[in-house]
Amino acid sequence: MSKKVQAIYLWWHKPVIEQELLQSLPNLKVIANSGVGMDHLDLKLVASFGVKMANAPHAVSSSTADTGMALLLASARRLVEGYHIAISSGMEYCEADFLGVEVTGATLGIIGMGRIGYKIALRAKAFEMNILYHNRIRRKEQEEQAVGAAYCEKIDGLLQQADFVMVVVSPTPQTHKLIGKRELELMKPTATLINISRGAVIDQEALVTALQTGVTRAAALDVTYPEPLPRDHALLKLKNVIITPHLGIKTHKATYMITEEAVENILAALNGLPIPSEVLPS
Amino acid sequence: MWYHKPVINEELLQSLPNLKIVANSGVGIDHLDLKLLSSYGVKLANTPFAVSTDTADMGMALMLASSRRLVEGYQMAVSPDTEYFPADWLGDELSGATLGIVGMGTIGYKVAERAKAFEMKILYHNRNQRNKEEESAVGAIYCKKIDDLLQQSDFVLLSVNLTPQTHKLIGKRELELMKPTATLINISRGLVVDQDALVEALQNKVIKAAALDVTYPEPLPRDHPLLKLKNVIITPHIGSATKKTRRLMMENMIESIQAGLTGLPIPNEVL
Repeated sequence: MSKKVQAIYLWWHKPVIEQELLQSLPNLKVIANSGVGMDHLDLKLVASFGVKMANAPHAVSSSTADTGMALLLASARRLVEGYHIAISSGMEYCEADFLGVEVTGATLGIIGMGRIGYKIALRAKAFEMNILYHNRIRRKEQEEQAVGAAYCEKIDGLLQQADFVMVVVSPTPQTHKLIGKRELELMKPTATLINISRGAVIDQEALVTALQTGVTRAAALDVTYPEPLPRDHALLKLKNVIITPHLGIKTHKATYMITEEAVENILAALNGLPIPSEVLPS
Repeated sequence: MWYHKPVINEELLQSLPNLKIVANSGVGIDHLDLKLLSSYGVKLANTPFAVSTDTADMGMALMLASSRRLVEGYQMAVSPDTEYFPADWLGDELSGATLGIVGMGTIGYKVAERAKAFEMKILYHNRNQRNKEEESAVGAIYCKKIDDLLQQSDFVLLSVNLTPQTHKLIGKRELELMKPTATLINISRGLVVDQDALVEALQNKVIKAAALDVTYPEPLPRDHPLLKLKNVIITPHIGSATKKTRRLMMENMIESIQAGLTGLPIPNEVL
């Protein structure tokens, strides 16, 4: 059986790709990932077995951008808290005291302006948001103008001005704990942090402290480290935190499109053709 | 007036002989008897524009939260029983889906502007058709008959005024015209929807889900079936609940009051 396996379609990081597995599959040619993040794979190890790798970058962008906006809006308008008040069996609540923060006209700082970050900018523009972005490379002028985004070469400038900080970076050694105590303290105390990239990009302990002490108003996290968090983790108890179970691309449509993309990659690899979304070990 | 208090009735008006103006917080005036007020020579003003962007934002927030199962997801993420996140737990995408806006006034139009950026297809139903430029700016297609909108939409968003004509606008018939995969979003008034019919439709999977910022009454009785349905998100009428907007509303109200007291033309007067 193991000699017949030529391709693996990784669904939600399973199966786990380790030395043992790779050794047991001598005819494996390609591993196609469902999603864009490849941080759960040892790229060098896989390449050393002569196995090609591919991800699915196109299928994920709209649904992940939508998740980012959903979290931004839910946090700003205190949707989850409001829901609990609306359905709670406890009686009167004082409507007049329940206030959120405005989204329209606020400043959004996007950290990581790749495909997903750019789609977020397109959506945020429709909310008349003022858009700042920080990226390894500056985008072209037309692209910036299309969404009215201003480049911040230094992340500090973005952090100081943004009402909403949206983290949309690729997980790499450089972005590990990109947002820590220093960055949180640079942010406005009225600001909201939204993470749709990877849990490890944020220093979680520093975030807990910032949220508890009012250094940061609120956070909305689609990703944590680990997933799920231990059930006694401080983040689960904070009122000003929304956590979602890595919704990112979890829609029927995205799932279908990701699978289509993966199949394309697999067929190309098996036929010795160039792989559309090949990922090389850097 | 803040949050419909004090209640303006005959008794109150009789006891306030020098009352010149009532300034209402928000845009809805369905809780006021306009004829009664004018019979006492009392002017009325509301705050129609202050609430528009926040309410449109709330409509989008509810549509996104519902389609992506955000509240359910949150509950799973924080539940003491959760050991892992299931791989087959999925929601629905907004991009490419059809949004039907019932009531394309200021708020409805702002929802259309936002939804367009999510690559949604937009249909709308309104007393009057909007002009061509307005329609093409948001790519919205007019549905003269509400039925056409209901039959084609994946999301039906209500942003009408509450009037005798829109009372129970969405009832059993309308819900049955909607797709069984559709979601109803209400940011207008609870009474625009026949709530009993909605409960039945949700229980029998005639429609997929609902997200309501408004109900009748507010709040609902604690044993109301809507509070128990898994496919319903309810929020406590927070459409305009942001610091900035509330402040702006108050400024508008004060402007109107000052004009009313000095006999000048009243901004945002309701006739």
